[in-house]
Amino acid sequence: MPAEFWYGVEVMLNGLMAGVMYSLVALGFVLIFKASGIFNYAQGVMALFAAQTLVGIQTGLVPFSHLINAMLGTKIHHFGWNVPTFLAILLTIGVMVLFAIIVEKLVLKHLVNQEPIILFMATIGLAYFLEGFGDLMWGSEIKKLDIGIPQGGNVWVEESTAFLGGEDFYGFYLDTLDIYATVIAIALVASLVLFSQYTKTGRALRAVADDHQAALSVGISLRTIWVIVWSIAGFVALVAGVMWGAKSGVQFSLSLIALKALPVLMLGGSPRSPARSSAG
Amino acid sequence: MSAAIAEPTITEDGRRIGGVVMEMRNITLRFGGVTAIKDISFDIREGEVRAIIGPNGAGKSSMLNVINGFYHPQEGEVWFRGEKRGPMKPYQIARQGIARTFQNIALFKGMSTLDNIMTGRLIHMKTGILGQAVWKGGAEREEIGNRERVEKIIDFLEIQKIRKAPVGSLPYGLQKRVELGRALASDPQLLLLDEPMAGMNVEEKEDMSRFILDVNDEFGTTIALIEHDMGVVMDISDRVVVMDYGAKIGDGTPDEVRRDQKVIDAYLGVGHD
Repeated sequence: MPAEFWYGVEVMLNGLMAGVMYSLVALGFVLIFKASGIFNYAQGVMALFAAQTLVGIQTGLVPFSHLINAMLGTKIHHFGWNVPTFLAILLTIGVMVLFAIIVEKLVLKHLVNQEPIILFMATIGLAYFLEGFGDLMWGSEIKKLDIGIPQGGNVWVEESTAFLGGEDFYGFYLDTLDIYATVIAIALVASLVLFSQYTKTGRALRAVADDHQAALSVGISLRTIWVIVWSIAGFVALVAGVMWGAKSGVQFSLSLIALKALPVLMLGGSPRSPARSSAG
Repeated sequence: MSAAIAEPTITEDGRRIGGVVMEMRNITLRFGGVTAIKDISFDIREGEVRAIIGPNGAGKSSMLNVINGFYHPQEGEVWFRGEKRGPMKPYQIARQGIARTFQNIALFKGMSTLDNIMTGRLIHMKTGILGQAVWKGGAEREEIGNRERVEKIIDFLEIQKIRKAPVGSLPYGLQKRVELGRALASDPQLLLLDEPMAGMNVEEKEDMSRFILDVNDEFGTTIALIEHDMGVVMDISDRVVVMDYGAKIGDGTPDEVRRDQKVIDAYLGVGHD
């Protein structure tokens, strides 16, 4: 094979993996849409908020420090400790579950049986609220997210593929972070599919997505299901936030990535479709 | 205060009708200025097939929705298994053992027949969400046990062939049967059927009547049903409540109801065979 062919393959692989990064965000949209018929405009902001929270907890930032300082005249910013990455991730998951419960209590509960457009409007409100709340809680400056995933070209891949294309070809240049993201995305999609197809809660989720009344009549509590769905969406947002945060820093533009992910969503269609990740 | 427990009796065809399972006392339900149900009382005894009939708009479906918890009556009391029922959510009532079907079929259309009926077993599945994530052990055992029960129901309703088919693609009569299967899967204490024969042809109606009678006979399930088709109702029910304009105008065995002049005037009309 000529070197040009392998360069072509390299470009395609990189394109695919960039698509996977977007599909991580799209997955969150699909989850909530499938389970409750709501198009969740706030998914991107949830990713941003999750990433902010993770960095904040990890680096020991004091939540609402600007607010506290402004009101009390103090100058606190850091607790002065660093939380281990794994523990910080667990705590962030806890925060996202708490967020899901609050959303259900304050928003969804009051909008049962409303038109989808009304729920959509509510998530727009939610997005703007969470955007401001996240900045207020953790500060709006750009943060570096480091959870130990290396970045830059993967030397191993490059060296072990160099033989393919002869003298002019130096092997595939693939970003290690993208490779991680791909593996994580595949694992995430696979486990979510298994969960929704084969467990009783997964079945209940699909049931609620299909018909609220019928779901109630077989003893499914809608509110519990919504909390579960939003928690899972929060978790997916965390994964997306972490990958994007590690790639380009935790900053406001992270929340806009969600909207860029929309074409992926439209092209890919259903959550079970592997075509989705390639749509990028 | 105990409900008026009637003595257990044995029917002509050998089924045992026990004490009162559910009792409605002076139920009144209003929507704004419209009174859908006016001061209605009746009871449902264990093991019987109880029908609620009446012309369109008589308040039959509203009554079923009250029993099942979708509507909360402004006045009156609902007694279930000797206890007065407080304000409860529909899903809590379902967990108490009251299952139902819907007039316009409310199935999970994107799911297979098997999955639909499996949702009926949800109230008997106790594994927590973490247990399900681990899957091996508790969750798997539970799934298999419940699956066996569901397979029995599928055999019983003769729908083996459509086990894997998405229910949205099935013909109407079969969808009705799947819906019955889903309600049956929860092993209900009381099974509510909202017009189980509506929109069916004669053959489908006969099938459905047979299934209802078999369910009642083999599982001893107490059934309360609403039906339009008078002939069918009179054939399969033990006792009948007749409603008209939200009020109860008759209550008794099919023969008693058929002879009742008020019922004839309101609903049956002259010349009904």
